[in-house]
Amino acid sequence: MKEKILYALGALAALLLARNIRVMLTGLPDEAFQGAIFRIIFFHVPAAFTCFLCFFIALIASISYLKSGKMQWDSLAVSATEVGLAFGAANLVSGMIWARIIWGIWWTWDWRLTSMLVCWLLYAGYLVLRRAVEEPAQRARLSAVLSILSFAVVPFVFFSIKWFRTQHPQPVLYGEGKMDAAYRAMLYGNWVPLLMLAAVLVMIRIGQENRRRELDALRREVHAF
Amino acid sequence: MGDAAARNFEYLAYGLIAVWAILVIYVLTLASRERRIGREIENLKRMIEDRGGK
Repeated sequence: MKEKILYALGALAALLLARNIRVMLTGLPDEAFQGAIFRIIFFHVPAAFTCFLCFFIALIASISYLKSGKMQWDSLAVSATEVGLAFGAANLVSGMIWARIIWGIWWTWDWRLTSMLVCWLLYAGYLVLRRAVEEPAQRARLSAVLSILSFAVVPFVFFSIKWFRTQHPQPVLYGEGKMDAAYRAMLYGNWVPLLMLAAVLVMIRIGQENRRRELDALRREVHAF
Repeated sequence: MGDAAARNFEYLAYGLIAVWAILVIYVLTLASRERRIGREIENLKRMIEDRGGK
């Protein structure tokens, strides 16, 4: 039953994303200065929001694990981190392609881009750390600490464009930034299916983590013979 | 459509394809990991049953 709901939610998210692509390509005008490439914002920004939300969930789950010692919090933390990394990669790559057209370069070491890359690498390090530690409780404890420390970079990434002079544009959704109402509606409208997709992926990943624990228990049983 | 506008659209397509490709690759990774875990669990259960029978 739970699996059917997950697959239905995933299919609905895919349908909404496909519908949004059609609307953004045929129903929205080109942006006055950037032209068609501006539409990449409808994936670039929601992917970043989804990524940060996943990292925030991982932070809460990691704190909860350290307080309670319950393994399901560790499962949630690793699942949210992994899905967040996928959306973070989508954000970084779409940003590079956008930059190639608007700035004429794939990459520049400005505060926003560099801090986002460092943030992504820190969370990738979290997954590497998990592979390196064999004992489950120690692995969960160490990775929870790393997850909490890594989250310190997230507000820095978010506010870096306010705090420093950057090549990356200033915010368009808050502060003094302005965005056409139709563009804004599409941006948030595209975030909803991406969030649904992220939720489905996190749930599937939690299921895998539980099965992996079952696998570890079986391995121990085999070695005990 | 001018050269600049065509290039603009070309890179927009690259961007959309890249985002979808990353998500699809991640989903495929999840699916392959699911199969591998299932296979390993089955193998270990069979091994435990075999040892228990002896």
